[in-house]
Formats: sequence, C-alpha cells, structure tokens
Amino acid sequence: MKILVPVKRVVDYNVKVRVKSDNSGVDIANVKMSMNPFDEIAVEEAVRLKEQGVASEVIAVSCGVTQCQETLRTAMAIGADRAILVETSEELQPLAVAKLLKALVDKEQPGLIILGKQAIDDDCNQTGQMLAALADLPQATFASKVEVAGAQAKVTREIDGGLETLAVQLPAVITTDLRLNEPRYVTLPNIMKAKKKPLESVKPEDLGVDVAPRIKTLKVQEPAKRSAGIKVPDVASLVDKLKNVAKVI
Amino acid sequence: MSALVIAEHDNASIKGATLNTVSAAAACAGEVHVLVAGHNAGAAAAAAAQIAGVAKVIHADSQALAHGLAENVAAQVLAIASNYSHILFPATAGGKNVAPRVAAKLDVAQISDITKVESADTFERPIYAGNAVATVQSLDAIKLITVRTTGFDAAPASGGSAAVESAAAQADSGKSSYVGNEIAKNDRPELTAAKIIVSGGRALGSSEKFNEVMTPLADKLGAAIGASRAAVDAGYAANDLQVGQTGKIVAPQLYVACGISGAIQHLAGMKDSKVIVAINKDPEAPIFSVADFGLEADLFAAVPELTQAL
Repeated sequence: MKILVPVKRVVDYNVKVRVKSDNSGVDIANVKMSMNPFDEIAVEEAVRLKEQGVASEVIAVSCGVTQCQETLRTAMAIGADRAILVETSEELQPLAVAKLLKALVDKEQPGLIILGKQAIDDDCNQTGQMLAALADLPQATFASKVEVAGAQAKVTREIDGGLETLAVQLPAVITTDLRLNEPRYVTLPNIMKAKKKPLESVKPEDLGVDVAPRIKTLKVQEPAKRSAGIKVPDVASLVDKLKNVAKVI
Repeated sequence: MSALVIAEHDNASIKGATLNTVSAAAACAGEVHVLVAGHNAGAAAAAAAQIAGVAKVIHADSQALAHGLAENVAAQVLAIASNYSHILFPATAGGKNVAPRVAAKLDVAQISDITKVESADTFERPIYAGNAVATVQSLDAIKLITVRTTGFDAAPASGGSAAVESAAAQADSGKSSYVGNEIAKNDRPELTAAKIIVSGGRALGSSEKFNEVMTPLADKLGAAIGASRAAVDAGYAANDLQVGQTGKIVAPQLYVACGISGAIQHLAGMKDSKVIVAINKDPEAPIFSVADFGLEADLFAAVPELTQAL
C-alpha cells in the first residue's frame, strides 16, 4: 500500500509575522520557512506505518513555489521514499490544493492519504476534508491514533469533550492532530540520503486543474491591541479588583 | 437570499455554538433556516425551532446520522444546499469536520472561522494565529462559512416559533462507521461556553498538581478548566482542554491564567476574554502584556489563597 503525504511550506511557527504597511498581507520576505508542524506529524505517521510493514511506499507532495523542494527534502529525510512538487507561483487556496491532490490520488492510487489538520499560516482546516469529498473517500480528521488492519483503519479522533473512534474503509483520508506522534529528529546522514531520493516536478496545467483563487483578500490588518492592565500586589487586592472594579465575580 | 445553519446538537438538545452561528447567519441573509441532522433528534429540532430569528427548521432523522459522520451529514446538507445563498457551520470540531466536504462538493471555497460579517460576501477572519486579521470577499455563488463563535453574540434560545419540516434522510455512505467514544463526564460548563475559565500551564509540574491546584479554584468559581499547549503536551491535562490556535478559542467574562507564560499560540485562543487575570512568578512573562490584572507570585501559594479568599 502506498501512502500519500501532502506537506505545506509555511512561515516557521516561532516567527511572529508582521502586517505589511500597505495592508496587502503579511511580510514573509526573509523570514524562516518550515514544514507545517501538523504535516510533519503526518509524515512521521506514514513513515512509522512503513516501518511496521503496513505501507510499502511513502510519497510526499507539496504544491507551491520552487522552494517547496526544501520542504519535500525534509519529508524525505524523515523517511518518505520520493516526492512530487506541483510547482506554481500562483496563490493556492485549499480548494485548488485539494483538486491538485485529487489528480495525484487518481494517478498514484494510494491506500491512505495522511495530512495535517490545519496549516498554521491561513489556519483554514479544509484541505483534507475537501480532498476526501472530491475523491469520494471516507475521512477521519483530527486523528490521535491510527491502526490499520486489512482493508480498514481504526482512527481515534480528538473531538469537543473527548475522543471518538471511527472505522474507515481504505482508501481513506486522515488528518493529524498534535498528539498522534512526536516526529523524529532528522539526522545528517538522512538529510544526505534525502538529497538522492527522486523528486518529480509537475505543473497544475499538466494535471488539468484550474487553480484560480475563489476568495479575494481585500486587506490584512493588525488585530485590535489589548493593552496591559495593572499589577496587583497580593491575592486580597486581586479579589477586590475582580469584585468591585471588573465586577466579574 | 436565505441562510442555512447546520445545528450542533446531541440529539436531545442544541449546543450553544449553534446560537452564535444563527446570529452570524442573520447578519448574512434575510431568512435563517436550521438543519438538525441526527437520530431520534426530535427534541433537538424542537429546541432549534425556539431560537429567536429562525424561520424554519429542517429535521432529518436516521440511524446513519446518529453520530455526525462527515460523509453522511455532508450528503444531507448537499441535498438542500442549492436553496441557500449562505451555509454556515459553527467552527467546532464537528463543524470543521463536515463543512469543507460540503464546500468541495459544491465547488465553492470555504471561508473558515469568520469573526465578523461586513456584507453578504465580505467577512473578517483571523490568520497566523490571530496575529493578523484578513478581510476577504467570496467570489462564489454560495458562501460556505464556519463561524468562530466568540465573534458573535448568542441568539436567544427562546422566543422563536419556527415550523419544523421533516426531510428524507440520505443513505449511509457505508464507507465509515462509528466505533465508540470517550467523553469526559463532569458537571463543569463546556470550555467554549463557560463564563469563567481557569487555565493552567506547564508551571504546575504534574497532572496531580494540576488537579490539586486548579480543580478547587474551578469548583469555587463554577468555572471550566483550560490548559496551555505546554501543559497538554507534558500530559498534565487532557487534550480537549487545550486553549489556543490549534485548540479551543474562548472568550469568557473572566479568564484566569495560572503559570502560563503566554506564547502567541495561547494568546490567540483567549485574548478576546473580557477580563484576564495572570498569576505567574516570572515578571517578564508575555501573559502580563494582555492581562487586566497581573499577580506576580508563586501559583502554588497564590492559587490556593485565591480559592480560599473567594
């Protein structure tokens, strides 16, 4: 069984982004870029399934600019066998990415597609579910445990108030939550090895997908600033403030 | 133009998030309908009909809809989607699971987590963990939206008298099935609906200490308990208590952060709270920059003292 793992190149989670002065977006020139943390968990899960003998091949996919190759090399350093870059400099929205991935699913016929539940830049939380719908596959989102047995996967999901377990028939789409696993550290020998693994590049046109954006960003602004309040010297004055000034208790 | 709200419910009652979503829907379109898709969900449908501002409730009932499986709920929404200019889900675990499936089948983009309706096609939504706010315009005929419930007031749960219409249930997809769940049972208010939240961070040091220090304070205040991602990652608190960019987004009347340093990802989840209290022994902790009242103290002394003083 093949596993397809889509990964996204995003602004590193430690970077505090700044809104551009013309309000056209956020300034991402010269900031550190990394693999979306949830996607790293997805790659780790796929590689573990290969190590367990459940999967035969792990294919990493990224959609975007040329530099996404670096993200794909990271995925291959974790353990993906090969990579596909759908290269375009167009702005890609989740629906367009889902369509590109659908085309690759048709071509590669994976038994599982594992991807992050959400990217930490646009915070959309859409692509996995959209891909599942377009490919007419079942989905198990926000996974914290995945067990593959024969033609189905038993997936434990993080839901409001606790956990839920679903059984999905393969092929299926799984999106990862934080607790699914802790991705391994990438070692230098594996980084060197990853450089020799195959990386294929295709264009959206080759896949017959129209990636035109459906949502127009009119402006991007700083959020309303919350100003710091006061420091209180002790618990008694804190209780007094809450009771008599803020009147919330 | 009318808007369809997909109700969040447990078959017996309507969840609070539905009420905020109804308010957002009313700001989008003239008439608001609510879909209750469930199993033996007559009581939930009746409750939905009571929500002020709802013109019609559509009730679809079948075994296949009992557990909100995304494939089946999405099919139910798609069966009536073409009647609406706007389709809104609350941005809860359930809503986030189903909404993109509907969007993709309709070939429309989804606008996630809106916090404001500017006009029928223009919305505000936070990006980059709330470090920026984007104003976006949808170019699609049907606007498919998830609603950040903290951005909208709850519609009154009573006062309405909508008609309840039954809809034929769609067939089970047969591709996924419900196995079971583990829902923590307690009498505390739900995190996203609580008026007061007390939240603990990594400084608590262990899950025993977390419970020992935080629970009495929560009990005293009738509060929900939250946690930072650091505390969840360290195993001190359950994952569904996590407040932040990738956890729950909350905006209670009072948020008490104990031993939480205030990483941007955490602030993203709670900075819209009305009053924020921070108890931390590090005077440089970023949490103090958003706190209305900061107490620089060791939480192991200050929190029990606070519990006592209330």
